[in-house]
Amino acid sequence: MSLLDVRDLAVSYDARPAVQGISFTVEPGEVVAVVGESGSGKTTTAHSIIGLLPPNATLDGGRILLGDSDLATWSTRRMESIRGAQIGLIPQDPSNSLNPVKTVGAQIGEVLRIHKRGDRRTISRRVVDLLTRVGLPDPETRARQYPHELSGGMRQRVLIAIAIALEPRLVIADEPTSALDVTVQRRILDLIDDLRAEFGTAVLLVTHDLGIAANRSDRLIVMKDGRIEEQGPSGQVLSDPQAAYTGQLLRDAPALSVREFRAVEEPTEVEPAIVVRDLVKEFRVGRRPFRAVDGVSFEVRPGTTHALVGESGSGKTTTARMVVRFAEPTSGTVTIAGAGTVAGKGTERDFRRHVQLVYQNPYGSLDPRQSIAAIVEEPLRNFRRGDRAARRRRVRDLMERVALPESLLDRRPRELSGGQRQRVAIARALAVDPGVVVLDEAVSALDVTVQAQILDLLEELQRDLGLTYLFISHDLAVVRQISHTVSVMNKGRIVEFGTTQRVFTDPRHDYTRELLAAIPEPVR
Amino acid sequence: MKALSWLTIALVVLWAVVPALFTGYDPLAGVPAEKLRPPSTEHLFGTDAVGRDLFARVVHGSVHSLSGAFVAVAVGLLAGTLLGLLAGSTGGLLDDAVMRVADVLLSVPGLLLALTVIILLGPGTVNVAVAVGIGSVAAFARLSRSEVVRVRRSDYVEAAFGSGGRFPAVLWRHVLPNSLGPVIALAALQFGVAILAISTLGFLGYGAEPPTPEWGLLISEGRNYLATSWWLTTLPGVVVVAVVLAASRISRSIGRNTT
Repeated sequence: MSLLDVRDLAVSYDARPAVQGISFTVEPGEVVAVVGESGSGKTTTAHSIIGLLPPNATLDGGRILLGDSDLATWSTRRMESIRGAQIGLIPQDPSNSLNPVKTVGAQIGEVLRIHKRGDRRTISRRVVDLLTRVGLPDPETRARQYPHELSGGMRQRVLIAIAIALEPRLVIADEPTSALDVTVQRRILDLIDDLRAEFGTAVLLVTHDLGIAANRSDRLIVMKDGRIEEQGPSGQVLSDPQAAYTGQLLRDAPALSVREFRAVEEPTEVEPAIVVRDLVKEFRVGRRPFRAVDGVSFEVRPGTTHALVGESGSGKTTTARMVVRFAEPTSGTVTIAGAGTVAGKGTERDFRRHVQLVYQNPYGSLDPRQSIAAIVEEPLRNFRRGDRAARRRRVRDLMERVALPESLLDRRPRELSGGQRQRVAIARALAVDPGVVVLDEAVSALDVTVQAQILDLLEELQRDLGLTYLFISHDLAVVRQISHTVSVMNKGRIVEFGTTQRVFTDPRHDYTRELLAAIPEPVR
Repeated sequence: MKALSWLTIALVVLWAVVPALFTGYDPLAGVPAEKLRPPSTEHLFGTDAVGRDLFARVVHGSVHSLSGAFVAVAVGLLAGTLLGLLAGSTGGLLDDAVMRVADVLLSVPGLLLALTVIILLGPGTVNVAVAVGIGSVAAFARLSRSEVVRVRRSDYVEAAFGSGGRFPAVLWRHVLPNSLGPVIALAALQFGVAILAISTLGFLGYGAEPPTPEWGLLISEGRNYLATSWWLTTLPGVVVVAVVLAASRISRSIGRNTT
């Protein structure tokens, strides 16, 4: 008999259907991955199993059978008896999921206390055991620490410890590694794998990352718009997708589709578009200066894309901010061809015209009170380009350039999807014909298919307009696809520099090798 | 509740604009034979010691109280928001200086501060309104500064500078509109508080001169007949309470919509 048997599950939010009649099973000790883009209903499915739907959601029908009992009919009170004990949950965001005013040990102990597993002495012994089990060094000290004293990876380990504390039969992992760096991500997934082997726990892995799903699951469920598009053994689904949508996902996922490297022409006598020399940025943390960027140098040839890759805290964003002059370097220089070296009064605006930045978060970088037309027009107004009618025309041209319909011009940013918003941000950046565009994690917040479309758009714009890109990213698979040359950053330094092809096929630095090992292997 | 609040404010504003629609009595001319009559169908709120219709006096008095509150809020809103915008957007020494002055002003009770200003300016309807307004400058300055600081840090403000925007243009186009929501909510709340403060100062005799029918003054005059004629203090008091409550209810709904 299956461990979990979901039949015709339907859930809606305020009468808008989110999950529309899906059925699947989870066998004991098996990893089942639920894959889909945002809005596909994958998280809603996971939450309805453990009975943690938000108040405006209603279970419209279907059965959730855990063994013999139908959880769909259970009261909240009754669900409490199996949460933690029978079904564990590893939540998405390690930074928000722990109580900041309680020690880590107390939070792990809480689940044992609620289910009355032993007295205080045994509980505190068990807490230390669990922390050891999830691979935290020095567990006695960790148990007495507060969440803010731990890194993101360590917090995720604590959350896993809470989820497995009572050795549940099923663990639901909702995007367990989305907020983590790639190398940490890999270790966390390895840990979940080990625990499954040890306790025979079944895992329902909810993820948007096909690469993870492909490598870590026995069976795969592909969801779209609240329906299951396809399900089956992972290898089979990936090698021979039946549904058209699965095929599209596979093509768009940068980790799984192997594209040609973008070739760089032989060195010619061209002046580089961006020259960065010995860039240093120090921040003061208390008394001690902290070097976020430590002697970074690189050059970018005009019309090419240079990627800065690194994990969080590597100094890549700080470097980008110094390149666009939103931060002052402590020492070192940034030279942009055609825009001067020193930030003087007269050259400042000239520089802004020539160099543009596109932000990671398309939700925060557009003024929520302005219409799309006003947002795209703003740079033109700032630089007094043409009269009102000419600016209108230019805005329409730009919208066409980034493939957005004109009907969106009167809308507000909140009425647009994430991908559309990022297109608006790109249109704004292109309004005054810049030569250099700095893209700070510009596709990280987007779903894979949207991500693929934006990357194609960027490539097309580069070809047509001869733009030079500085592409900041933590995602090696994306970098492989878009960049000509790569700098790998670690702890404020560039550890490796070269053409994308060379760095990916013949990495010379240990850290680069570690990063590359962490991206899922292409399956085909 | 929200509809009732708006209805209350609308009614009081109508009293101020077209008082003749609501009462046929003259607020200043009394009929001595009808003095100190309790509320009846003929005199809704009764009559006072010289036989003037109290309802007429409340209706005609609304223009004094409302315009006073309006001036007070305008003074506080304009001066406070300007100071807050300046402090929040420039930062540094100016920010510190403005905020420390605001701290000092906030540490003095509002009524005492208003009284101090009145002593300097001299009594009178406009002076009272200005004094109450000055008392609320600090609160507006602090709130708008905190909002400006929040908005200043957002990506879209940086993006506006990045697309070549100059400081004043970015302030006007992005920072001000996006930080105004909670400030407007405070303005609505302050409107109620100002009516109360102006009435209090009128009661103490710093506001309008008798026989002007100002709400605070009405209550003050009725005080002498508290034991025999309850309606002279109670009914104008109820009107003041209703308006203040309505303003605070509206403020809450604005605050909820903007967050």
